[in-house]
Amino acid sequence: MIFLAAEGGESTHNPIIPLWQEIVVGSVAFAVLCFVLMKFVFPRMEQTFQARVDAIEGGIKRAEAAQAEANQLLEQYRAQLAEARTDAAKIRDDARADAEGIRQDILAKAREESDRVIQAGKDALAAERATIVRELRAEVGTIAVDLASKIVGESLADEARRKGTVDRFLSGLESTGAR
Amino acid sequence: MFGQANVLAAGQAAFPPTVEDFYLPSILPWGAHDSYWVTKITAMVWIAVGVLIIFFLASYRNPQLVPTKKQWFAESIYGFVRNNIAVDMIGHQGVRFAPYFTTLFCFVLLTNAFAIIPFFQISPNSHIAFPAILAIISYVLFNYIGIKKHGFVKYFKNSLIPPAPWYILPLLIPIELFSTFIVRPFSLAVRLFANMFAGHMLLLVFTLGGFAMLSANAWLAPVSVLSWVMTIALTFLEFLVIVLQAYVFTVLTASYVQGALAEEH
Repeated sequence: MIFLAAEGGESTHNPIIPLWQEIVVGSVAFAVLCFVLMKFVFPRMEQTFQARVDAIEGGIKRAEAAQAEANQLLEQYRAQLAEARTDAAKIRDDARADAEGIRQDILAKAREESDRVIQAGKDALAAERATIVRELRAEVGTIAVDLASKIVGESLADEARRKGTVDRFLSGLESTGAR
Repeated sequence: MFGQANVLAAGQAAFPPTVEDFYLPSILPWGAHDSYWVTKITAMVWIAVGVLIIFFLASYRNPQLVPTKKQWFAESIYGFVRNNIAVDMIGHQGVRFAPYFTTLFCFVLLTNAFAIIPFFQISPNSHIAFPAILAIISYVLFNYIGIKKHGFVKYFKNSLIPPAPWYILPLLIPIELFSTFIVRPFSLAVRLFANMFAGHMLLLVFTLGGFAMLSANAWLAPVSVLSWVMTIALTFLEFLVIVLQAYVFTVLTASYVQGALAEEH
């Protein structure tokens, strides 16, 4: 009896023929599901994924920017340091050159001064010598004439003076001495 | 005889199980056999839709860059379908299909899963109406995408004319026409339907078989127990089938879309 009923039922339902009521229900239900999930959920997930990618890439970019800035600053400091070193070296060189110049100046001046002093001494000596020679010449002449007057008579003095005898004699002496 | 009949009438279906076991009396009106609007099957479909909507809306109500556990779980489902099915099969432009594929995957997975969830214990997909709807959507989707991308003539030329010597074409074109435009929706729908139908049938056979043997002869009790152990083992197998069929349905849909988008055959 039961088997008969079951068999009777089997003929009423064919499992590969869809029930149109179920097609309607399934279509509506799945459409609702698609609408809600595809409109309100998955696009927001894509947005979140994108935001996450942006956040990570933004972080990397910021780090890179900071790194670049740090590198630039380091470069700048290095350049400044090198510049300062060059400046210091230049200043040292200049100072050394200046000192050398000043030394040279002072040396030249000193040498000049000494030359001048020596020259002045020499000049003074020469002048003195000339004076002495002149005086001596006159004195020698006088003495000689006096001596000769004493020997040959007194009047000789005036005449000798008049005729320049003594001078000539002395010149002769000088020229022979010079020779 | 009468006692057995009473047991069977009280809800234990006759052994062997029949197709009628898949068509339970309707809920509204209660117990009717020819009303299909509000049945356990349609109720489960609505429950699946409701559960999925509530789960995704709740876990994605307030998305954070650093996800909470719930948000991470929802994202992993979408990320799995998006990256491992849509992008893997279709490539970069597959991303735009990912929302539909994920909806499809979740819906099939959950409705399949009802087959082994206590008190549900039958999958709506064991009624061919639901796999048929999904297969028709996939069919319309891949043809629409192909025609939109290539234009009507070029799409059919791409789909129907394989790069083969001309003398083999008279053989190949009908095969292509048959396989691409006629068989695909049926194979999609029937694959899912038959798997869920057979799974439920198997579980019924072993469960009811155990009862049938027990009531036929008390000496068969050990065999009944073996039968129920087999039911448990088959439930694990059923779990595998549930997940696999949901995956296969989605992957095949993605593959059809990829084929429609492909430049050449």
